[in-house]
Amino acid sequence: MGEGEAQIENPPDAPTEPAPPAREVIYRHKLATRITHWINVFCISLLLMSGFTILNAHPRLYWGQYGANADAPVFSITSMQREGRWIGITQIGALRFETTGVLGASEMNGRVVPRGMPAWITLPSYRDLATGRRWHFFLAWLFVVNGLVYLAFGFANGHFRRDIAPTREELKPKRLWADIVAHAKLHIPRGEESKRYNTLQKIAYAGVIFLILPLMLLTGLSMSPSFDALAPWLPQVFGGRQSARTIHFITANLIVLFVAVHLFEVFLVGAWNEIRSMITGYYEVKPEKAADVK
Amino acid sequence: MTSRLLVPSRRGLIKAGVAAGASALLAGCDRLSRAPAFRDFIGVEQDVTKAVQRSLLFHQPLAHEFKPSQMSPVFKVNGSRMPSDAGYQRLLDAEFRDYRLSVGGLVANPLSLSLRQIHDLPTRTQITRHDCVEGWSAIGKWTGAPLSEILLRAQLMGEARYIVFHCADNLRDIGDDPGFYYESIDLFDAFHPQTILAHTMNDRPLEVGHGAPLRLRVERQLGYKQAKYVMRIDAVRSLAGIGGGKGGYWEDHGYEWYAGI
Repeated sequence: MGEGEAQIENPPDAPTEPAPPAREVIYRHKLATRITHWINVFCISLLLMSGFTILNAHPRLYWGQYGANADAPVFSITSMQREGRWIGITQIGALRFETTGVLGASEMNGRVVPRGMPAWITLPSYRDLATGRRWHFFLAWLFVVNGLVYLAFGFANGHFRRDIAPTREELKPKRLWADIVAHAKLHIPRGEESKRYNTLQKIAYAGVIFLILPLMLLTGLSMSPSFDALAPWLPQVFGGRQSARTIHFITANLIVLFVAVHLFEVFLVGAWNEIRSMITGYYEVKPEKAADVK
Repeated sequence: MTSRLLVPSRRGLIKAGVAAGASALLAGCDRLSRAPAFRDFIGVEQDVTKAVQRSLLFHQPLAHEFKPSQMSPVFKVNGSRMPSDAGYQRLLDAEFRDYRLSVGGLVANPLSLSLRQIHDLPTRTQITRHDCVEGWSAIGKWTGAPLSEILLRAQLMGEARYIVFHCADNLRDIGDDPGFYYESIDLFDAFHPQTILAHTMNDRPLEVGHGAPLRLRVERQLGYKQAKYVMRIDAVRSLAGIGGGKGGYWEDHGYEWYAGI
């Protein structure tokens, strides 16, 4: 074990300096995955920001078929003046929070002004619903085309079956629990283990690809009056157009949550290696810890 | 596969790059948002959406109609609440007895219809959802004359492509345009069975806030298409030269002419 063994393993004619341990590099992400991933990063970031611009036009969400100012919202961001200063109030159900600085009242050009989402997270940063919509629908089309390309490749080259779908074995409660514990302990996979997605990772990816993102699209379409004439059942599936709008907002937030965890894991495991693998395709496998080597 | 790789420590570099990139991106996006050429470029979404939705809607399905129990208790009044125009005020004072809807432009038989005459036309009643571009919805019951009935009587000429609705209100308070509100739809929507000129809302004569005496309902489009206080209808070949040339008051302020999404 250790230095001694490494020395012994060297062929007799090897240089006296011990060779650095060989690094194993695997081809992890296919070109189609890499290209669609980065287009998706672009689309989803700007869809979120332009979506917030649209939300700012009426930062109240309802449940049901209809909903406007006279109807009770399930979520709202309001602005009010107190002693000459703007304050923001965010309401979720019966809960009320003062959210000045972020929601309801935030700084723009050095002054606190009434606005739903803050300027730094909306596209454009200034209040302009027409431009926000133009961005949003342009990006939505790009996102849909990109998503279809991704799905076509994923099914055709076996990516979903091979890499994303959890195996029956992995879904057994005992294995799942072990994976949850490993995540809680911020376990960093090495060696063979790091060559595959772990179970929670597979479930998260599958959930986003096959549930959250399609829900995003379908709830978005439910808000289109023309699309509703074509498929009147669609908004009904979600409980009405205003419910669909609320779900659109919830799923958007779930995507933000997913991205936050995703980025956390990337930085935990090693940002450079992870990001490089999504650019060049090549991923360096971390060697097993010395103690683990039998 | 095995190879040797150089893995320099570049974390600091990346962090600085991301921060600088993010703020440059935000400033860049605002600049792009204001650049006419870029606005036109991303505006392609409107053409794609229109082409796709129209091809799917070729069979002219109806917008969903609701049950009376599903109606909004309060239907939000939006946009103009009371046109300040003196001519409109005179009509209102006389309870619209002197109101005439004029139908002209590319028609063989220009019309001038009183409210009585419009009431005597075939009638359609529909409980539909009104979707504002801002995001809210309200469900109301509308009764009026199908636009197709009026256009058939006016005998549309072959070259007519759009129907333009000229209104009595102006939104000086909201926009900076001194002109009157106007809107336009194409023949695809004009001859749809649910496209009506409503004189009755929720079983009562249309209120001023909702567009008395006559309001357009074009149910597969957003709220800003539902022109209120309609005074004149023109059949035209092109929208150029009318108002700001984009086909409507809000269209002239950057909103899409195709308001199906």
